[in-house]
Amino acid sequence: MLVEGIKSRPRYPGLTADKHANHHIFAADGEGAQAILDLFTNESDAIKGRVTVVYAQTTPGSEAYAAKLNALSVDIVHIMPTVETALNRLAGVLHAARMGARMYAAGTETLIGFTVQLAQQLGMDPGAVLTEHRGTAARRVQCVHCKGFTENVTTNIVPCAHCGEHLLVRDHYSKRLAAFQGVCADAEVRGELPEISEVFK
Amino acid sequence: MNQEFKKTTFRDDFTFFNSPASIKRFPFPFWEDKYMYSVNIEPHTAGAPGSVFEFPIDINEHYVSEMADRAIVLKEDPLRCQALPHMMLAQWDFLELLMTSMARDYPQWFSLTTQGDHWHWVNKPLGIDQKFVFGDPSTLPYEPMEYMGRQCQGDFSIQDQRDGQLWMDAGVITTQADWSLDFDVGMNFMEWHGPVPLAHDMKVFDRALKFLLNLQLGEPVRRLNWTMTINPRLDTSPENYNKWGKDRTTVTPENVGDKVHLRVELQALWRLPRSNAILFSIRGYLIKMRELVTVPKWGRRMHRVLGTLPPELIDYKGITRYRDTTLEWLSQYDDGAPTSPGGGPD
Ligand code: HEM
Repeated sequence: MLVEGIKSRPRYPGLTADKHANHHIFAADGEGAQAILDLFTNESDAIKGRVTVVYAQTTPGSEAYAAKLNALSVDIVHIMPTVETALNRLAGVLHAARMGARMYAAGTETLIGFTVQLAQQLGMDPGAVLTEHRGTAARRVQCVHCKGFTENVTTNIVPCAHCGEHLLVRDHYSKRLAAFQGVCADAEVRGELPEISEVFK
Repeated sequence: MNQEFKKTTFRDDFTFFNSPASIKRFPFPFWEDKYMYSVNIEPHTAGAPGSVFEFPIDINEHYVSEMADRAIVLKEDPLRCQALPHMMLAQWDFLELLMTSMARDYPQWFSLTTQGDHWHWVNKPLGIDQKFVFGDPSTLPYEPMEYMGRQCQGDFSIQDQRDGQLWMDAGVITTQADWSLDFDVGMNFMEWHGPVPLAHDMKVFDRALKFLLNLQLGEPVRRLNWTMTINPRLDTSPENYNKWGKDRTTVTPENVGDKVHLRVELQALWRLPRSNAILFSIRGYLIKMRELVTVPKWGRRMHRVLGTLPPELIDYKGITRYRDTTLEWLSQYDDGAPTSPGGGPD
């Protein structure tokens, strides 16, 4: 079974300003704020029209980032306590958005994954979301057996938060579920597990 | 009528076996003594009478038993059958293709009478007699894809075509070689093939996708794919891998002949008329090593293919644990004599 190097794993090419957009909607968590700050430093001329930022304060440095985001010339920065609340706010922002809006997502794979999933649910092309990965590489993993999700996975093997199976975390990724696939790691011989190490830091 | 169909099982006591006639028509997939991925696509045209290629949809002696196994899987895990909302038209295309092919090619078992949108379908082996309105899902006990998926051997997935891609937006998949419909639904051709080793770099998928995007109505194509399975188990899904994975450790020199199976998928692809979607059928055939070696050429060749299989494929197909034992057993049937080209018996 292929574990690494699977082509369904998304790539995050980095943020670039869409100079044709008239409304720029940013979703970010933790270190993702820096990607927005960098974009404003490097490409401020190309960012025309309204700017809305939804930012989840998920890391110790988040408060300082929030202050820097507020100092940008933007219409509003929604500061939210978690990724979940940020996504609810983002959904509200998107429902009110009009033609000509462009979505950006920056931060953890989980934040990006949920943002792309939301875009897709609202009938947008998931490829239209511009993305940049910053911060932890921790993964959201779906157990292929009980279908439960385990969040913030940093190790190659993780016990499923629901059924307890030891899951091997594959690179196989579903945009619809915004999750990587976890498959029982010791199904053939119980207890025979590969060495556990922190690979998604 | 029903005597023509075996009553065997693909789980628990595993009573499945092939009759001599069924062995003779087995679609042995190796046309030479080694195997590697390729873009092995050919027209899905009528083959020799009695062969698995005689008709577009092959119904054989395992029909009733396989449908019983599918019913168990769907009862335990309804997510094995899924269709995204925009796939309803394609579901009707699918139902039409199956009903018309099956009624035309197996009139002794199936019949279809239509009067405008009022259709009457009879499936004698499964004891089904159904009148319904084509295009109105409320007149069937299941959605159209599930309705016919429960009445036809093989797994099926339906791909929507848009933006120069194919999207796996529907399927009824209960006998898969370790991939999950629930996980893959909504993915595109490159994404769902993500886990396959080597073939991406060989450009197999770029070429195959390009070909399929141009697939024409009325010109279906087919290819063979294969893996190996311990016990004649149809449901080798990742969902249940934590239940069947341990089978791979149970192979011994004494039981290779009965436990180790070659599993061949006859995959066919059709353009569908109303939806422009592509139907992918995965018609699986199992054969025990003991049955396989009754054809001397197949015994020799199986030994050679398995002995030279690239390590990436051994790992991907999950053969690692029992490969050596199986090779050793097969070596009795390989006298080193040359084999003729092509997959058929000598
Ligand atoms: C639209 C039609 C098709 C569908 C729905 C489909 C689906 C799949 C799926 C779900 C897998 C398993 C991937 C996994 O491990 O998770 C697979 C494997 C594979 N597919 Fe396809 N496929 C299609 C067409 C093709 C075509 C046309 C080719 C090649 C010419 C191809 C070549 C392969 C190969 C080489 C593998 C690996 C099989 C093995 O080693 O057992 N597929 N396919």
